[in-house]
Amino acid sequence: MEALINMVLLTLMAVVTIGVIRLKGLFGVAILSGIYSFLMASVFIVLDAVDVAMTEASVGAGISTVLFLATLSLTRREETPSLHPPTVALFLALVTALLLIYATFDLPPFGSPDQPIHRHVADRYLAKSVEETGVPNVVTSVLASYRGFDTLGEVIVIFTAGIGVILLLKGRPRKGPRGEDGGASEPIEADAALEGRHGHEPRSMRPKREGGHAA
Amino acid sequence: MKLDLILRVTVKLLLPFMLVFALYVQFHGDFGPGGGFQAGVIAAAMIILYALVFGLEAAKRVVPLALVQFMVPLGVFLYAGVGVAAMVLGGHYLNYSVFASEPAHGQHLGILLVELGVFITVSGTMTAIFYMFAGRGR
Repeated sequence: MEALINMVLLTLMAVVTIGVIRLKGLFGVAILSGIYSFLMASVFIVLDAVDVAMTEASVGAGISTVLFLATLSLTRREETPSLHPPTVALFLALVTALLLIYATFDLPPFGSPDQPIHRHVADRYLAKSVEETGVPNVVTSVLASYRGFDTLGEVIVIFTAGIGVILLLKGRPRKGPRGEDGGASEPIEADAALEGRHGHEPRSMRPKREGGHAA
Repeated sequence: MKLDLILRVTVKLLLPFMLVFALYVQFHGDFGPGGGFQAGVIAAAMIILYALVFGLEAAKRVVPLALVQFMVPLGVFLYAGVGVAAMVLGGHYLNYSVFASEPAHGQHLGILLVELGVFITVSGTMTAIFYMFAGRGR
């Protein structure tokens, strides 16, 4: 039964991937990638990795989709047609895929308890977690206590990403080339909602700004 | 703004449950699935949903940009500060056992504080990134 569910989910993921490749409208692509994340989250649930599934569903399907849509409202909604045939890219992708598949032959069998990762400290975590940390969810105790340094690093990564985006995008919108091409991008629904109750001033009426403000 | 009445009412009904769920994921993460990261993202998703339906300015009145930007480093500071506090109390960096007379209790307290730091940074960052992108489009 579990194998069947996995088969169905993975097949659907493959179908969604083909859809992402074939679609030219980027709005649909953003939605499809959200669906892909939800399918992946379902796979994680089948694998009993509920914490990871929760993260995948909220980050991959939720926040990423919204950010994709917000990005689309700043750029164009159609994919730019490629100028040359994708032979080189196809070749590289095929070679990489074959290498990866070849590498899987060396992996230990799926779910085998003899995997190196299970023979190091995992047993100790499982046996001692409640006693040593008083936290029944071993995922939490490993993340926050045993591997606290790693998690601190992850938080710093998120912090850095946030600071980077704030520095890049803070300040008033630049009215450069994009303002002049007549708003090539129709605002998407989300963007229209964001316009809210204020500022229905047409774009061309606003003063043009040369260059962005340094943040 | 001509947005569906049903959409607005539904979102208003959903928001409190999203917040409670975020807090549940945060504080029940020791016992069930979840933790600071997931809870932070859910809390940010709540703010983003509010902004999508009621407008960016309305969301900024509830959760000002300055607060969000303050939260981004605050969580890291709290996390790293817990480590320094452990050193001050005579333990290793990020070894929470020194926080209470019984090591397990200290560990529990430390994990709670550290997860709170993760929550603050993650929710602040996610909201800040969304504010930046959304505020740019006009």
